[in-house]
Amino acid sequence: MRLGLAIARRLLRLGLVLLCVAAVSFSLMMASPVDPVDAYLGPQMAQVSPEQRELIAQRWGFNDPAPLQFGRWLQQLASGNLGFSHVYNQPVGDVISQRFQRSIALLGSAWLLSILLGFTLGIIAGAKEHSPLDKMISTYAYITASTPTFWLAILSIMFFSVYLGWAPVCCAGPTGVLSSETGLLTRAHHLALPVVTLTLLGTASITLHTRTRMLALMRSEIATHAFAQGASRLDIAWRHGVRHASLPALTLALASLGELFGGSILIEQVFAYPGLGRATVEAGLRSDVPLLLGIALFTAVFVCSGNMLADSLYHLIDPRMRRKYA
Amino acid sequence: MRTIQPHLQAIAYASIAALALLALLSSHWWAGELAGQMQFDARLLPPSTAHWLGTDALGRELWARTLAGLGLSFWVGCLAALLGTAIALSLAILAMLSPRLDALVQLLIDTLLSVPHLILLLLIAFALGGGLHAVIIAVATTHWPSLARVLRAELLQLRQAPYIGISRALGKSQGFIVLHHFLPHALPHCLVGALLLFPHAILHEAALTFLGVGLSPSQPAIGILLADAMRYLSGGYWWLGVFPGLGLLLMVLSIERTATLLRRALSP
Amino acid sequence: MLRIEQLTLELPYYPRWWQRRFATHLDQLSFSAAAGSLHAVVGASGAGKSLLAHTIMGLLPANARLSGQCFYQETLLDAKRQRHLRGRHMALIPQSLNALDPLVRTQRQVSWAANRSGLAHKAAWQAAGQALNHYQLDDRAGRAYPHELSGGMARRVLTAMAHAGQASLIIADEPTVGLDPVQRDRVLSALRSLAHQGKLVILITHDLRHALPIADHVTIMHQGRSVETAPASAFTGMGETLKSAYAQTLWQALPDNAFSASEIIHKKEESVA
Repeated sequence: MRLGLAIARRLLRLGLVLLCVAAVSFSLMMASPVDPVDAYLGPQMAQVSPEQRELIAQRWGFNDPAPLQFGRWLQQLASGNLGFSHVYNQPVGDVISQRFQRSIALLGSAWLLSILLGFTLGIIAGAKEHSPLDKMISTYAYITASTPTFWLAILSIMFFSVYLGWAPVCCAGPTGVLSSETGLLTRAHHLALPVVTLTLLGTASITLHTRTRMLALMRSEIATHAFAQGASRLDIAWRHGVRHASLPALTLALASLGELFGGSILIEQVFAYPGLGRATVEAGLRSDVPLLLGIALFTAVFVCSGNMLADSLYHLIDPRMRRKYA
Repeated sequence: MRTIQPHLQAIAYASIAALALLALLSSHWWAGELAGQMQFDARLLPPSTAHWLGTDALGRELWARTLAGLGLSFWVGCLAALLGTAIALSLAILAMLSPRLDALVQLLIDTLLSVPHLILLLLIAFALGGGLHAVIIAVATTHWPSLARVLRAELLQLRQAPYIGISRALGKSQGFIVLHHFLPHALPHCLVGALLLFPHAILHEAALTFLGVGLSPSQPAIGILLADAMRYLSGGYWWLGVFPGLGLLLMVLSIERTATLLRRALSP
Repeated sequence: MLRIEQLTLELPYYPRWWQRRFATHLDQLSFSAAAGSLHAVVGASGAGKSLLAHTIMGLLPANARLSGQCFYQETLLDAKRQRHLRGRHMALIPQSLNALDPLVRTQRQVSWAANRSGLAHKAAWQAAGQALNHYQLDDRAGRAYPHELSGGMARRVLTAMAHAGQASLIIADEPTVGLDPVQRDRVLSALRSLAHQGKLVILITHDLRHALPIADHVTIMHQGRSVETAPASAFTGMGETLKSAYAQTLWQALPDNAFSASEIIHKKEESVA
């Protein structure tokens, strides 16, 4: 019963936050100096006479007060209509779903890999503080944490694609071939470098976080007790460390979905990978207001669910918290 | 040894950062002009003794452009971090005044944190039409929530402290308590917070500019330099891509380390 | 079986962040104890009792300065030997219940202790079950997480962990803190029976009262020094056979002893003078 109530409250809060996101992004769009009629017309704006512009403004209510427009937009949203993207000449919903399907391969694999890699490195580094391995891993993590995402992507293209010629320079498949005809292997080949780059960047925070947890554990009475039983550092890291550090690592990974998404925007831009991130940049550069709004809302749902999961994870998994709901 | 090391490290990082800072702040005078100067007979040259970091497609010295770009990034980051800290501090104090305001601030924090930073940055830069001020405002607005959260928690704890209750019982005004108790307590946190915001602000400025919605292409910003390098990627002009990014990495790294070690020194 | 000679332990502290000084925690401590006995180490908090346990086990931080020697079975106990003996020959029952891993079920933790002492996985699991049974902990307690156990049960789990490895030297660090009299007697008699099995039990406690009924010998510690080592039987009457004034005062200060407070204060003044 209490669990149900807690979930209901969380969902209510989620709805409120999403409404706020919608309001904030809508008002930002309203504040933009870009003329809404121009934004609506996109490249056709030169072909339209002033009278026609006035007609368009009347039809879509661009001259109405902002709250009215916002209400109308919300109404549309509720009926599942996100508007029409002039950059892609498609309904916004379709653009997002198509693009997201491509992005999820990149995001998902980078997310999983960065958890695995970051967690393992963090455990190894934290198992023995100040050891050469720890110093190497920490230095690596500090450096990658300060590395500009897109620069790493540029470097990896320069090295792996241009210099070594191992990976393709761009896109999700060979140019001139329909995406439905590209094989799984080709896709993986095009995906490999972006995934590796995004993984390397996502790893740093998880590594450092896990390492901190491990250092705390190694100084705790639990570790002293285990040492007294004759356990080695490796034994403690494996048996106690993994248990103590995995939940925080997973929580952090869930809570930083927004950062991962931000990274994917930059990486998709550098690799010209046609995912949601590239669509975001296109929408921003070419004033595609409905698409920008749609993406902002969609990613907010994405990030919020990540945060909510992260918050609930402790209650669901940690034995000390689990009992309270039972 | 162990406990002394971090402080030596902090001093080392801080002095590197200070040196770099000096170079950056003065770069405007001795590299600013060179950064825009074209040499028509020296286009796309690799690094050599004559052209330390090579030249770009218009024959401009890359080292001068990189330095100028770093200087620009530094100023943008500085202003954005200060602005962000000011917003965070004022909203955190505002949240202390009444529970209703607190709920409002909380909602605002949650809202801004639920949109990925980069998308929010794009939205704000779009709303403000790009340019230097747009970038500064965008970076400041996206980065204050995390600091505000920390400050709010700090002040909440402080509000429970007995001496605040005594101060209130003595009939001190709300303003007096804010000025004499909240502010002095929050300021060290703000300093560290601002310093920790700084590297993020720089990285996000560079990212925005790189995506083409930030600073104008005529300015020698790191984002512009790297976007430029993208165009010559397949030609093997590696220096165009390597050095500006390396400069940015070193700057961000030294600031980040200084901030982290300073925080550790301040909180025992 | 265990002999400690002139043990001095200094640990660093930092009055300011650039300064490092050493504080003496154990000062020329000496005593010896034989197998099959229960040796109590009694002292006020801060007397360095827990550090003594950690020193014997070799669990001190790397920056500790140590001089003097420990002998285990007449052989010098150095870091390498300590590492080898830990868990197998020497076991520690830690003072704090926080030593139990909150994320691991009881029987699994006990079986890890058995496994670390050299048993194979399956045998360790069985040994853990037996050890838990031995201390009247049923299957339900075995499946429980530490936070679900009562203080007394958690103490017995810690004892079972030390027992599971079949160590011959067991150091129990304040095993009765926070227990009600029934639970306390249970834990103490369990320790006594370990000594009966031929093991050496070092009982570290601040409470002379609880140590005396079960101990063979008592070492009184004060500010890192061993003030006196005496057989438990010396603590009778006025404690006339005790050599040091501190031990006598400690004995006479016990509430069960029919000495008035004024007399103790009088004695103290005398010793100060």
